Amino acid sequence: MQELEMAGQGSLRLSRKSDDVVVLEKDLSTEQMVLSMGPQHPSTHGVLRLECLTDGEIITEAEPYLGYLHRCFEKHCEHVDYPAIVPYTDRMDYLAGINSEMAYCVAVEKLLDVEIPRRVEFIRVIVSELNRIASHLVAIGTYAIDLGAFTPFLFCFRDREHILNMLEWATGARMLYNYIWVGGLAYDVPAGFNERVLEFVNYFRPKALELQQLLTENEIFVKRTKGVGIMPADVAINYGWSGPMLRGSGVQWDLRRNDPYSIYPELDFAVPVPDGKLSVVGDCLSRHLVRALEIEESLKIIEQCIDKMPGTEGFNPRAAVPKRVRPKAGEVYGRAENPRGELGFYIQSDGKSTSPLRCKARSSCFVNLSAMKDLSRGQLIPDLVAIIGSLDIVLGEVDR
Amino acid sequence: MPLLMGNSLNAWSDALAGFSPAGLPVGLLIIAAIPLVFIALYALTYGVYGERKISAFMQDRLGPMEVGKWGILQTLADILKLLQKEDIVPTSADKFLFVIGPGVLFVGSFLAFAVLPFSPAFIGANLNVGLFFAIGIVSLEVVGILAAGWGSNNKWSLYGAVRSVAQIVSYEIPAAIALLCGAMMAGTLDMQQITIQQSGPLGFAHFFLFQSPIAWLPFLIYFIASLAEVNRAPFDIPEAESELVAGYFTEYSGMKFAVIFLAEYGSMFMVSAIISIVFLGGWNSPLPNIGPLALNDMTTGPVWGAFWIISKGFFFIFIQMWLRWTLPRLRVDQLMYLCWKVLTPFAFVSFVLTAIWEIYVP
Repeated sequence: MQELEMAGQGSLRLSRKSDDVVVLEKDLSTEQMVLSMGPQHPSTHGVLRLECLTDGEIITEAEPYLGYLHRCFEKHCEHVDYPAIVPYTDRMDYLAGINSEMAYCVAVEKLLDVEIPRRVEFIRVIVSELNRIASHLVAIGTYAIDLGAFTPFLFCFRDREHILNMLEWATGARMLYNYIWVGGLAYDVPAGFNERVLEFVNYFRPKALELQQLLTENEIFVKRTKGVGIMPADVAINYGWSGPMLRGSGVQWDLRRNDPYSIYPELDFAVPVPDGKLSVVGDCLSRHLVRALEIEESLKIIEQCIDKMPGTEGFNPRAAVPKRVRPKAGEVYGRAENPRGELGFYIQSDGKSTSPLRCKARSSCFVNLSAMKDLSRGQLIPDLVAIIGSLDIVLGEVDR
Repeated sequence: MPLLMGNSLNAWSDALAGFSPAGLPVGLLIIAAIPLVFIALYALTYGVYGERKISAFMQDRLGPMEVGKWGILQTLADILKLLQKEDIVPTSADKFLFVIGPGVLFVGSFLAFAVLPFSPAFIGANLNVGLFFAIGIVSLEVVGILAAGWGSNNKWSLYGAVRSVAQIVSYEIPAAIALLCGAMMAGTLDMQQITIQQSGPLGFAHFFLFQSPIAWLPFLIYFIASLAEVNRAPFDIPEAESELVAGYFTEYSGMKFAVIFLAEYGSMFMVSAIISIVFLGGWNSPLPNIGPLALNDMTTGPVWGAFWIISKGFFFIFIQMWLRWTLPRLRVDQLMYLCWKVLTPFAFVSFVLTAIWEIYVP
């Protein structure tokens, strides 16, 4: 924002929204209004409250208030056994429960130093990539709703329904799975699961293209998101951003590549970053594009996993699951790539107890949301909605 | 068969118009009531039902299916629900403005129906400045919206109201200029006369839209501007539910909410009817006479006229719904940009071109 003094006309305020849109306003020094957005607002994606100081439609300051969904995750962890924490992780990021379980189990297994059967790893990757697609579909769909397009939302939910049905078939639950256990899995996948997954992949590819044509190539959608909420790469790194948000700023950082876990090193997939042709690097459209492209990469991963997966001969999903998880004294930080970024668990064990001494979750949404104040300064209210939507926060994970 | 039906329908309405026991024009009153009953029925039930079914079709859903066959009575059930709801007036609201807001809105949107010619035999008030009246009376809606938004004493409502006023007042300019092009082609502001000038044995070829190559421009401009005037997507900024909760009617409940809803659907039909009258021949049949097959003559008459204008209105309403369920929403500044920098200059250009065409091309 710039201030220009014009002789005799008061000051003119110039705020640059993007390269082609410049908002020019004569400063009428109107009274600023405090506008409380949320916690019951349709586009704060849950119970987030933003206290905005507004000058007309322009937001001069927006302060996020959190904690409406705080459920004492970390304190609970200190009082239950290691395996009993897994269901709690489901309830953090409830749109990608399996990915949260995966991150937690990766951390505990690092502490325990156990060998995981190969088939277990493949199944884990398949279900977590399926869940990643489901989560990205929700992100894209709700983003469309934030910008006023209702139909893409229902298209996304129609396709997500197939994923949830498959996961229900495999795990017995649609949202809160408790499927990945420390050292193994709750069950093997049912017979015919692989065929059904492949069938879904073939069904979904054209649908993803259709969604792309309906939403991403829409002129109004591009106008609303291009050049809005630009986050430069260095600021994004300083804020600790991760996941699609960081990749949207042009940084090729994916934990599946940069700090590999499970069988990801064996798999061939790209880490998409915006090239700046369709979007301005770091804006809302880039973040949306990264999610849209990641869906295709996840489909590729699933196909490869089904291709390489070992058979069921002599397979017991609970073979490596310890009777009682009592790690040696020490501490560990395990992290995994969630649909929303890096989800890490810092676990401290005293070597005697069967529950952790301390379990700290590094939540990707919380860290990504911390840039809200910077991003929202000088934006219009509709742009604020577009920015919140592009951050793709899940308040269950922000507040824990 | 079409010949028989056409004749019998027209004969029926002629007979009805002549029906006046004891010198009272009962027949005319009945004919007058038909479109008004239609409007109420349409706006209350079929508009909402159609919107839900069309959106469901576009979104791979079924839509309402439970109440009645294919959910056809769903809207009636919704109205009953709204009637039973508590009518809340917020304690801190300006009660007078809060109460009259929906009323003014409703009046503004339904008064324009008075000058719409629904058939050769029926027009509510045959004003010689009908088109001017229709353009002017819609502005009354702005007062209702502002009263509702300000009276609610809610920041979101106020945002919605201010946005809405800015939008409607701005878009009236290209809309009015575009309609003036049609008036210029007709040489009159009388809606009935405008329609009569577009009748002829060749059906649609007599419509103003096909009378000059320039008419497409004001037609498109008016269609886009009318979307903004009735707050439909992609210009539904005043009630942008993801930004402003529900815009100026956030605080309304029960029948007050229903009245605002009704006014919205009434406006939708009104602008659709106006665009059909000015550019697509109103109640004129689009079918041409082909040699001995006099399709145009068969499908012309008071009742057929009502059929045609209502069909044309429905067609434009369908397009409005189609757009709403496909497009995202524009931003406030983009909306104003479109109005002042795109539509208004093009409206002026089309105005001048139409004038030149009318003078130099016979």
